[in-house]
Amino acid sequence: MDDAPPVLVHQAITHDSAIRHVTGAAPYIDDLPEPAGTLHLALGLAPVARGRITTLDLEKVRNTPGVVAVFTSKDVPGRNDVSPSLGDEPMLAGDEISFHSQPVFVVAATTRRAARIAARLGAIEVEQEWASVSIADALSTGETVLPDYAFRRGHPEPAIDGAARRLAGEIEIGGQEHFYLEGQIALAVPGEGEAMFVHSSTQHPSEVQHIVARVLGLADHQVTIECRRMGGGFGGKESQASHWAALAAFAARLTGKPCKLRLDRDEDFALTGKRHDFLSRYRVGYDERGLIEGITFEHLARCGYSADLSLGVVDRTMFHSDNAYYLPHVEIGSKRLKTNTVSNTAFRGFGGPQGVLAIEQVIDAIAHERGLDPLDVRKANFYRDGSSVTPYGMEVFDRATLLPLVEALEASSDYRARRIAIAEHNARSPILKRGLALTPVKFGISFTLKHLNQAGALVHVYSDGSVMLNHGGTEMGQGLYTKVAQIVADEFGLPLERVAITATRTDKVPNTGPTAASSGSDLNGMAAREAARTIRLRMAEEAARRLDVAVSAIRFEDGLVHGGDETMTFAELARFCVLERVSLSATGYYRTPGITWDRAEKTGRPFFYFAYGAACSEVVIDTMTGEMKLLAVDILHDCGASLNPALDIGQIEGGFVQGLGWLTTEELVFDNEGRLRTHAPSTYKIPVASDVPAHFHVELWDEPNREDAIYRSKAVGEPPVMLAISAFMAIADAIHALAPGNPVQLRAPATPEAILDAIDRQRAK
Amino acid sequence: MPKVSMTVNGKRVSGNVDARTLLVDFLRNEQRLTGTHVGCDTSQCGACVVHVDGKAIKSCTTLALSCEGANVTTIEGLANGQDLHPMQAAFRAHHGLQCGFCTPGMIMAAIDMVNRLGFNLSEETIRENLDGNICRCTGYHNIVKAIQAGAAAMGGLKVAAE
Repeated sequence: MDDAPPVLVHQAITHDSAIRHVTGAAPYIDDLPEPAGTLHLALGLAPVARGRITTLDLEKVRNTPGVVAVFTSKDVPGRNDVSPSLGDEPMLAGDEISFHSQPVFVVAATTRRAARIAARLGAIEVEQEWASVSIADALSTGETVLPDYAFRRGHPEPAIDGAARRLAGEIEIGGQEHFYLEGQIALAVPGEGEAMFVHSSTQHPSEVQHIVARVLGLADHQVTIECRRMGGGFGGKESQASHWAALAAFAARLTGKPCKLRLDRDEDFALTGKRHDFLSRYRVGYDERGLIEGITFEHLARCGYSADLSLGVVDRTMFHSDNAYYLPHVEIGSKRLKTNTVSNTAFRGFGGPQGVLAIEQVIDAIAHERGLDPLDVRKANFYRDGSSVTPYGMEVFDRATLLPLVEALEASSDYRARRIAIAEHNARSPILKRGLALTPVKFGISFTLKHLNQAGALVHVYSDGSVMLNHGGTEMGQGLYTKVAQIVADEFGLPLERVAITATRTDKVPNTGPTAASSGSDLNGMAAREAARTIRLRMAEEAARRLDVAVSAIRFEDGLVHGGDETMTFAELARFCVLERVSLSATGYYRTPGITWDRAEKTGRPFFYFAYGAACSEVVIDTMTGEMKLLAVDILHDCGASLNPALDIGQIEGGFVQGLGWLTTEELVFDNEGRLRTHAPSTYKIPVASDVPAHFHVELWDEPNREDAIYRSKAVGEPPVMLAISAFMAIADAIHALAPGNPVQLRAPATPEAILDAIDRQRAK
Repeated sequence: MPKVSMTVNGKRVSGNVDARTLLVDFLRNEQRLTGTHVGCDTSQCGACVVHVDGKAIKSCTTLALSCEGANVTTIEGLANGQDLHPMQAAFRAHHGLQCGFCTPGMIMAAIDMVNRLGFNLSEETIRENLDGNICRCTGYHNIVKAIQAGAAAMGGLKVAAE
């Protein structure tokens, strides 16, 4: 049995649901037929951000026509906790209110409208307390959700103090709402005995299972979670889909009826966490050529009222505070600040983008202070032989990828000539200033929490030769299901349509990690290949016996099985296997090798490998209005040997634009009372097609992964978000033109207001 | 409850609905045409776009009663059996989708764009006219390419997929 070269893997195959999507035939949870008697849920929300409930009068709620039941925290049969880890997130608030709009009670009614009307009629009286809302508030209270954490190498303070040049500054980095087009939703259906089945739009079915079981006081095996697809996830459905599934299951258990909860979009904004906003402080010492000698970072992260995933998120900020640069003497510290706001959570990049943005701003500041081209300062500081160990002690073993990648983009984007042309333009143009930046990305691939780096798969071959594929990864549009199906079809030498892709379910593959950290295809692709190979070997043995050839002579190709001069169809062989009592079902399992990070000891290797990329962006700003237009983007990105170039390029384009939104137009505004005032796309500006330039060139860097990842590919989900930092730095470059030689102080997002503020500061220098 | 009648995807339908019923709910709940999605509930995102008497509207802020006697086309009414509408085929061929949730609204808006502006659409025109449709996944690049190709195909022109 040989390993034939792949036929489907590495091909630009369309998304498996493409035909169903374009015909409106791909059901999301809200599209599924509702079981008879389904009740609809709506939530009663806290009117303040912090305080104690003194009275809760739900009489009017109960008396509203259509209302079947109203439940509070007192009704929870198991534990009133939907947190992923620390037990600090009540499903329904008890006496204590921790953030504005926190759910206090849940209404079950015969229609969604009746439930929503009733939910507004609850009388929640609260003894209001002062709410800590901003980073400044949290610094004044000193409250945190987790202990401070830092890693350090060498002697940063003396290195900075002894350096020829020094700078210090503060970097403000905004949060971001996920705005998955399909909002949070769950449909719970009570089953036999205590069993509960939940359709959940989640990136993490196993965790939803655990939390539903916890809330209902059941064993995990009584609870089954299914997710066929999400209408977008972006990290927002990693830990924070559980709450809604738990509420639906809770109401379904107590009413005995199927219950559906779909958050209204405004509620979804108010009730679900965002990308963490940060204030990052730095001091840096460097030499005349801009080479960093010592640096300290202190990352102040606003985590909201509970820990959620803030441990891993802020750790990843720390892990990416070097981006692609060697930092000889370094300390990277962090505080996980507690505020009375919704708990911030995973968002594509998982803290990494904030770390990368911070160091890129430092590099720019150095370049501006020295009068150097920022690209030259970047390249001078890249990891290189002899300077190749990260602040957390991992050797950047694949460092040789980045410099040639960046230099290739530098050439293909015509960076140097454009730099000159822009300087000439800016000299002539008093109002409109152009800016250009080429920035790199190095992103560590693996969950930094070791046990999440595992995956399982289940593959059946039926007696007609058709294949059923299931694995623990979830589909949110990224094309994971398509990629894994390509891998499995190739194992059997079958066309793609012979492999049925089935919904992710906790009763098919148990104990999975979330589909996150860009690792979906790395993990599940490997696990599914393992399962398919087990079956293929059994089938090959049967074929070899029948054809009287060695197993090594059997080939699976084009739906046929060849051995010696003879051939049979795959379906015939499957039928023979069933008749000869050969099992055609197998599980597959994979765990990422070589991961050894020990957080307490601050040693070991957190990442299997790094994914690289670079982007060159050009902008123009109006220095009178603060308006900005992105003019051109060129990207060169490393997907290793891409599993599917069409899907990967889609991830790069989409990730860039999502990052662009984070850094330019998407501004979250909480008022002093802790109420989110930007809770719909009417006030929260998500990029539209006209925000993206026609000149938007994406190319893949063609170099196989040095590690033995699936088909030598590389993960692609998150790294492209950070390519958008090139657009932010291009804006800073345009502002820099107003007073060259001075570092630019520009906060993110670079809204027109932020650009005008930065212009004022620049001119004052 | 008042009665409402309309033609949906060529079929006469009617129902007694609460006067407040939105067109999107009438289509999704009464007609079981769930390809039209609700994204933002407030006519910002465009996931709910359908055609009423040949024009694109956002069905999440349209009353079903206001469509009395109207001719409504949803995403389910575009394909002719197994034959995709050229715009549907273009979105598929050009990878103009990822999670797919915005796709039906995008396609309905795109066909409306062709109806209003013709088959030969510049990139800039497409981008300007997509301002009422949000996609959070693709970055729009492939959607714009798809619309350009779909428009050309609708006009009988051939634009080879890249």
